[in-house]
Amino acid sequence: MKREHFVVRLNNVRKTFVMGNNRVDALKGISMEIAQGEYISIMGPSGSGKTTLFNMIGALDKPSEGRVFIDEVDVSQLDAYELAWLRCHKIGYIFQTFNLIQAMTAIENVTLPMIFAGVHRDEYMEKGMMLLELVGLKERAWHRPSELSGGQQQRVAIARALANDPAIILADEPTGNLDLKTGAEIIKLLKSLSRERGVTIISATHDIKMIDVSDRVVWIRDGMIERIESRDKLKVSVGEVA
Amino acid sequence: MVDHGKLSRQIVLPWHQVLRIAWQSVKIRWTRVAITTLSLMLAITFFSYTLMTFDILNAIWPHASDILRHKIILAGYEPLGLSSGHRVFGASAKDIWLLMLAILVCLVGITNAQIMAVTERFREIGTMKCLGALDTFIVKIFLCESLYQGTAGSLAGAFLGIMLALISLAFKLGLKVFFFISVVSMLKNVGVSFIISVILSLLGVLYPCVMAARMEPAIALRHEI
Ligand SMILES: Nc1ncnc2c1ncn2[C@@H]1O[C@H](COP(=O)(O)OP(=O)(O)OP(=O)(O)O)[C@@H](O)[C@H]1O
Ligand SMILES: [Mg+2]
Repeated sequence: MKREHFVVRLNNVRKTFVMGNNRVDALKGISMEIAQGEYISIMGPSGSGKTTLFNMIGALDKPSEGRVFIDEVDVSQLDAYELAWLRCHKIGYIFQTFNLIQAMTAIENVTLPMIFAGVHRDEYMEKGMMLLELVGLKERAWHRPSELSGGQQQRVAIARALANDPAIILADEPTGNLDLKTGAEIIKLLKSLSRERGVTIISATHDIKMIDVSDRVVWIRDGMIERIESRDKLKVSVGEVA
Repeated sequence: MVDHGKLSRQIVLPWHQVLRIAWQSVKIRWTRVAITTLSLMLAITFFSYTLMTFDILNAIWPHASDILRHKIILAGYEPLGLSSGHRVFGASAKDIWLLMLAILVCLVGITNAQIMAVTERFREIGTMKCLGALDTFIVKIFLCESLYQGTAGSLAGAFLGIMLALISLAFKLGLKVFFFISVVSMLKNVGVSFIISVILSLLGVLYPCVMAARMEPAIALRHEI
C-alpha cells in the first residue's frame, strides 16, 4: 500500500526561545499533515505561535525538537544550497508587511526569485510581466514599492511568491495591514490561485473572511493545536448554505 | 503548473547580476553612501597629499638652486638626510603616526556606519534569503557595495590630495613646481590610494555583513527598522 504524499508534514514540532533566564515555549508539539492543493488557515490569538509555526513550515528557522517535512523531505537534513533551492522553488512567502525590496521596482521584485533560480533574462521578464498582469498591476511594473498602495504592494508580493511556480504559498497575516475591501480582494486572489493552479495555501490570519475560503482551519492556542475544522463542518458552524 | 521536481541545489548567481543588484542598492541610498565615501575620501586625501608633496620635493631638490633649497627648508620641509641618494624627503615618524591615526579613525568610522547600514537592512536580507539567496550572495552584495564606495572615495581623495599638494607647494615655492609633476608618481599615488581605500572599506563591512548573512531568515525578518 502506498503511503499518502503530503506537501507539508510536521512531526511533534517544538520551539523554545531562550533569552537569558527566560524561556518561551512558542510551539509545544505541533503535528499535522497538509495535502497538495489544500487551503489552510491558521487561526489563533496574538502570541499563540502562528508566526513561529509559519517560520517552521517555511524552513526559515530551526525547530528545537521534532521534524518538518516538505514534499516528504526532512528539512533539517538539507545543506545551505539545498535549503536555498527549497525556499526558492518550493515555497512562496507572503508577509503582513509585504517585505518588497525597496531599491527595486515591482517587476524587479517579481523577477528576483527567477534570477536566483538562474532563469534566462527574456524568460524571466516575460513571466514577470505575465504575473504582474495576473495580479492586475502590469501598468505599475516600473514603480517602486514606495509609489504603490498597501494593497498594490501585497499584490506585487503575491506575484513574486508565484515566480518559480511553488507548490506551497505561505502567508503570514497577508491581510493584516490592509483595509477590509482590499483584504477581501487579496483573499479572493489567493483562493483563485489555489483553485486554478493547485497551489497549497497556508495562511496565518486573524481575518474571519479567510474561514469562508479555507478547506481546513487550524486553531492554535498557547503553542498547541486546539482543534482542526474541515470545510463541511465549518459550513455548519458558520451557517452557510451550499 | 506546480513544480514537483526533485530537490536540487541552488546555483551561485553570476557576478554581473551581483554587481547590478549592488549598484541599484547604492543608487537608492546615495546620501548614506555619500557620507561613508566622504570619510574614506578625507583619509585618502591626507595620505595622497603627503605622498604627492614628498614626491615633488624629491623631484625638485636635485635641480634646485641654493635659494630655492633654503625656501623649501624655511617652508617647514625637513630633509631626512642631505647625503642620501635620490630620496631626500620622506615621511617622518610623526607623519607616519598621523597617517596611521587617520586611517584608523576612518576604519572605525566606516565600521560603525556599516553596522548601522547592515542592521537597517536585516529585513531585506531575510526577504532575499526567503526568495532563494545564498549566504554568500548576501556577503557579495555588501562587499560590492563597499567596493563601489572604496573606489569613489579613493579617486576623489587622490584627486583632492594631489590638487592640494600642488596648490600649497605652488604658493610656497612658486609656479615652477608644475614642471616637476611626474605622471608615474601620480599614477602610483592613485594606485596606492585605491588599494588602501578598498581594503579599508572591505574591512569595515566584512564583520557586519557576514553576521547578517548567517542569521536565520526568521530572526532577520523579525527586525523592525
Ligand atoms: N525570536 C523570538 N524570541 C523570543 N520570543 C519569541 C520570538 N519569536 C516569538 N517569540 C514568542 O513566541 C510566542 C509566539 O509568537 P508568535 O510571533 O509566533 O505569535 P503570533 O501568533 O504570530 O502572534 P501575532 O498574531 O501577534 O502575530 C510569543 O510569546 C512571542 O513572544
Ligand atoms: Mg504573527
